[in-house]
Amino acid sequence: MIGLQLAYWQETILRIVIGLAALLGLTGAVVYLYLFKFVSFMQSRLGPMEAGPYGSLQLLAEVGKWLQKEDVFTERADRFVFAASPFVVILSTFMLFVVVPGGPGDEVAHMSNSLLYALAISAISVLGILMAGWSSANKYALLGGLRAAGQLVAYELPMILAVVGVVIQAGTLNLQEIVAAQSSGGIFGWGGIGNPYILTQFVGFIVFLIAMQAELTQTPFDMPVAESELVAGYMVEYTGIRFLVYFIAEFATAVGFSAIAATLFLGGWGLPESWGIGRGAMHVIGPLVVIVKAVLLTGVVFWVRFTFPRFREDQLQRLAWKFLIPISLANIVVTAVLKVVF
Amino acid sequence: MEKVPHVSTTDTPEETVEVEPDELREGLVAQLGELLGDSLLDHAILPGVDLTVRVANEAWAQAAEELRYVLGARYFCFLSALDWMPSPYGRYLDAEVDKVLAAEAGESVDKEPEPMVSGVCGGDTRLQVFARFSNVKSHWGITVKADVTSDDDPRIGTLTKVFAGADWHEREAWEMFGITFDGHPGLRHLYLPSDFEGHPLRKDFPLLARIVKPWPGIVDVEPMPVVESADGPAADAAAATDEGDAS
Amino acid sequence: MTAVTDRQKLAYIAQQAADARVNVELETEGMTLNLGPQHPATHGTLRIVARLDGEQVISADPIMGYMHRGYEKLSEVRNYAQITTLVNRIDWLGSFANEVPFILAAERLMGVEAPPRAKWIRTILFEMARIANIGLFLGEMGLQVGAVSPTFYAFRDREFVLNQIEAVTGGRFHPNFDRIGGLKDDLPKGWIADTKAVMVRMAEFCDLMEDLLLGSEIFEARCRGIGVIPPDVALQYGLSGANLRASGIDWDLRRDANHGLLAYDDVEFKVYTHPDGDSFARFWVRLQEVREAIKIVEQLCDGLPSGSIQAKVPRIIKVPAGEAFVSTENPLGEMGYYIVSKGDLNPFRVKIRSASFNNVSIVPWLLRGVYVPDIITILGSLYFILGDIDR
Repeated sequence: MIGLQLAYWQETILRIVIGLAALLGLTGAVVYLYLFKFVSFMQSRLGPMEAGPYGSLQLLAEVGKWLQKEDVFTERADRFVFAASPFVVILSTFMLFVVVPGGPGDEVAHMSNSLLYALAISAISVLGILMAGWSSANKYALLGGLRAAGQLVAYELPMILAVVGVVIQAGTLNLQEIVAAQSSGGIFGWGGIGNPYILTQFVGFIVFLIAMQAELTQTPFDMPVAESELVAGYMVEYTGIRFLVYFIAEFATAVGFSAIAATLFLGGWGLPESWGIGRGAMHVIGPLVVIVKAVLLTGVVFWVRFTFPRFREDQLQRLAWKFLIPISLANIVVTAVLKVVF
Repeated sequence: MEKVPHVSTTDTPEETVEVEPDELREGLVAQLGELLGDSLLDHAILPGVDLTVRVANEAWAQAAEELRYVLGARYFCFLSALDWMPSPYGRYLDAEVDKVLAAEAGESVDKEPEPMVSGVCGGDTRLQVFARFSNVKSHWGITVKADVTSDDDPRIGTLTKVFAGADWHEREAWEMFGITFDGHPGLRHLYLPSDFEGHPLRKDFPLLARIVKPWPGIVDVEPMPVVESADGPAADAAAATDEGDAS
Repeated sequence: MTAVTDRQKLAYIAQQAADARVNVELETEGMTLNLGPQHPATHGTLRIVARLDGEQVISADPIMGYMHRGYEKLSEVRNYAQITTLVNRIDWLGSFANEVPFILAAERLMGVEAPPRAKWIRTILFEMARIANIGLFLGEMGLQVGAVSPTFYAFRDREFVLNQIEAVTGGRFHPNFDRIGGLKDDLPKGWIADTKAVMVRMAEFCDLMEDLLLGSEIFEARCRGIGVIPPDVALQYGLSGANLRASGIDWDLRRDANHGLLAYDDVEFKVYTHPDGDSFARFWVRLQEVREAIKIVEQLCDGLPSGSIQAKVPRIIKVPAGEAFVSTENPLGEMGYYIVSKGDLNPFRVKIRSASFNNVSIVPWLLRGVYVPDIITILGSLYFILGDIDR
């Protein structure tokens, strides 16, 4: 990274460690901050208070509990697929994390078309969920898995289309360049806050958030895991460490998508160039900026999750195909026209 | 069971309440009599409050039909059965208390066999079916009773063709009393496991828990104070206390 | 509102045709889905065996009895005071309301009447049981369709009502407070003022639920047109309470029956009906029912008569021979007891007509042709309590 000369394998290991640390640390923070506390306050209760100050070590206690639990397989489960599926899901999440830029040139994996990669790799989690649903030998899991597959595929499309507007405006598929374009841009020549694309791509931002909520299978799009009917959907047969992995993957993906959304629409790690902060300082400030933005966006995810009832499967598909996709297509057309005009 | 003296059981509440005849319910009975003819066997009116009729076994479904379509009692309240046989077990071991009471009152402690008496509107068979319907427009309810065909093979027609909601009630009566409802789409067990034998709500079905062990609330109770006068509960105002708590 | 009848007809036809349609057209292999007895949406141990085609229900068969406690049989060996304890456990969310019709039926047989103050306190507690019970439903309905937070608000605010009930009766859940001819105790000092404050709070809770759920488009989309019960079908199955009124039938036992038995003749309240007969209508009617109950309690608190709370009854209750049926408008619907007495310490037979039993008996008819998510909405909106089905 900075001035340090490492062998390729050393660097790779270092990158993996940083990536995992970011994933686990952020997930833990988000789970405590939102799932334990923010939601508790929303529901007029205190949340965990016993483990550590204000229950801050509750998550460790939970992890300890899950690790001790027996790893149960159902009798007729397809054991290999069943065992592998949580790791497929978390792999997809981890691979999403590696391209989120945290500073000038600071990302776990460099690639030129990182946005395309991020959108593609996030779709792999469908595979894991479908594997879980099918291999559990449980009807609830099967229903949940199939619902999830239908839903994730349906919402992949508006998500990609929502991003196209940003891509047109920035003229690149590289996340670093998108960040740079936002921090160096200006609003009619005034560069006081750069040009975060949330201003010009507001429609895209909203569509992206909705699609993101659906991709995360959070309420109001949590049909696949609807606990009042499918109990826990595709996760119903998982216990112990495999459930823990699913749990981490669920919230890590929330952070990951939020980080992507923050990068695309809120300027990512970048601060406006007119503020004149040096490139060296941005190595330190940049990660903090993007983490704060991502965590705030995750907060929106949880806020929505614990406020609304859930859609039915058909209503959810209707929303995607009849509302979100047309609106994001229109957004693309308008963006393209304006891009040519200005 | 009759250990403590009590007032004549024929003293039904209808006779104690002095109200003018109930025109609405009288009219209903008259109308029902026209519709059912001889099949309307008996009726009892609690003026201003309630109406009970007894119809013949064959006219059971017809009575429901007339009530629903002609008299407008479209609301199906419930259907169940009655077993008029006095319980051979009495109140099980709890009945020991009765003996204490009877001894204190100077009564005979021996258990005399009790005759089988049907309730309001009478009846000939041990098992009876009864159902209740209401008219939600003019706000009255009616209880209809009917005898079953015989005590060995109790049967009666089904109401499910008139009131679809009778389905579960008839299943319940079938499993609890062993009454067959002819024409019911599927008499299966409702509450009990499908291999259950016996009909729990029949009086001769023992309540095993009570045979094995007396109700804990009753064994450690001190002998209850005895009713002072033999005039029965209604006249016994002197013994009343503010709590009115019997146990 | 104008399209209601058309919609009802359409839903009716669709449901009738569903099982014929599904398998003939698609020729797919069905799947049997077993909901319960351990399932979060069944409020206990109801089990529903549903034949599915994809996510559409071909047939649904509720299986009960996992909680059957045999109260009708037990009542035959217990005396009247002990049965009050028993029937408390039928609808455990509105326990006090269970005792009242039983006591009223016994009082009718005995020919005694509770003094006015006892009647009024009974009515107050009855309505508070309704508020506690249906208040929880309002939150739980949100949970059934996926909104988690309203449940917590419901549990939080219900506690205030339960505290008031506890202050009088000593029991949060199972008061066992009603006695033949009156009540166990009078109200504690200062209770009326506290109750009025609680009622204000509950009115706010109703507004909150209206904002959170009725105002939500998603809730409306999930509930509108789901589980439509035409009025005639509702009557045939003996649906009662809000389920019946949501189908447009104006029938409330508080207003239409039992004159003079409870204090309802002395208060002003409105009985709400809804023409739609769907899940949304059932929720709406219940919400209004809670609001009316709050008004009733407030009125009763204002005009509570003084005097005794216990009529003269013998120390040992022996109910004269006879038969009586009294039913009241309980939180879940019509709850009644058919008591047959032979002049003994214990009744000869008690038939318990519980609301949920009838309300759930429509489920096989209602679930035909709906989708799996709608099963939950329909079960939630029918609102049953397992103790009330299994007795």
